[in-house]
Amino acid sequence: MDIRKYLLLLFGMGLVTYLPRLLPLLFLSRKNPPRWFVDWLELIPAAILSALLFPALLTTGDPRGLDFLRPQFLVAIPVFGFAWKTRSLGGTVVVGMLLYWLVGKVL
Amino acid sequence: MKETDKRTQIKKQAPAGESLLAGLSAGWPICLGYLPIGIALGVLAQKAGLSPIEIGLMSVIVFAGSSQFIAVSMLSSGAAFVPIILTTFMVNLRHMLMSSALAKYLGKTNRKVLFLFAYGVTDESFAVNLFRFKTSNWGLPQALTVNHAPNITWIVATMAGGFGGQYIPSHAFGIDYALIAMFICLLVFHLRGRKYLLTAVLSGILAVTLSMLIPGNAYIVIASVVSAGIGVILQRCICRRGSEG
Repeated sequence: MDIRKYLLLLFGMGLVTYLPRLLPLLFLSRKNPPRWFVDWLELIPAAILSALLFPALLTTGDPRGLDFLRPQFLVAIPVFGFAWKTRSLGGTVVVGMLLYWLVGKVL
Repeated sequence: MKETDKRTQIKKQAPAGESLLAGLSAGWPICLGYLPIGIALGVLAQKAGLSPIEIGLMSVIVFAGSSQFIAVSMLSSGAAFVPIILTTFMVNLRHMLMSSALAKYLGKTNRKVLFLFAYGVTDESFAVNLFRFKTSNWGLPQALTVNHAPNITWIVATMAGGFGGQYIPSHAFGIDYALIAMFICLLVFHLRGRKYLLTAVLSGILAVTLSMLIPGNAYIVIASVVSAGIGVILQRCICRRGSEG
């Protein structure tokens, strides 16, 4: 990739990451944000992770089509259970990789 | 300023070395936690075609773990810059809330230092600093250490992963599944109640549907904004009905 283009991307990402961290420190030091905004922000991480994950598990091709039998999705079910039980990030990543690798050997 | 005032102020402020040590003793678990995740990001970024220098630059300029993972996966699937930046914005918007919560403890400090402090506000440093501010005589020097020691660890770890990644073949040991598994676990961490579960299910369905209908990656932002909005509305309806009955 062209390094100048890449730097442009990084500065864009950096700016939209830095400003939300900075502005409340400078201006919101004694005020509380509105309740609905707090509630909404609370739900955003779960919503984003889900929006990232499910299309990656369930769709394939260009244009995308639905496929419930993708190994990515089948492996995700036990991996989800493992994550739920253990709450271990490192463990989940290792188990996920191992299962996916095994499924690749079998199929 | 009177002589006595000066003395009490000096007494209140711990020496720099002590603040650094206090900050490190509170922040080392974050550093330890960042190591494997940073290395994993570096390896994946290397597989997506980024050099260790480019990975390091990203960690310096952006410094936000989950959005860096997302950016790398979007880059490797050929996404355009605007959706990547929009998604980064959405993913990191939550830090606004964290900075708002920390602001009241930092109201009296030098505003210039806040520019440096803001750079290191992450989920982890927020959690540690808020706890310390609430329970102990925590100050800006200690809080800065908690913000920036993990930052240095992160930069080094992601670059190390980038160098090491060259020696790991592309599909070895299911490494292409590492990212998905990490997202699964992070999602599980965020499902702390019914409203989170409902929002996540809604967002998943919406995202899958939209991803088949509209080209590009816009579905990520649209699905999350809408489903979190519906989540808030549903939460309010249920609360209101609960208080009426």
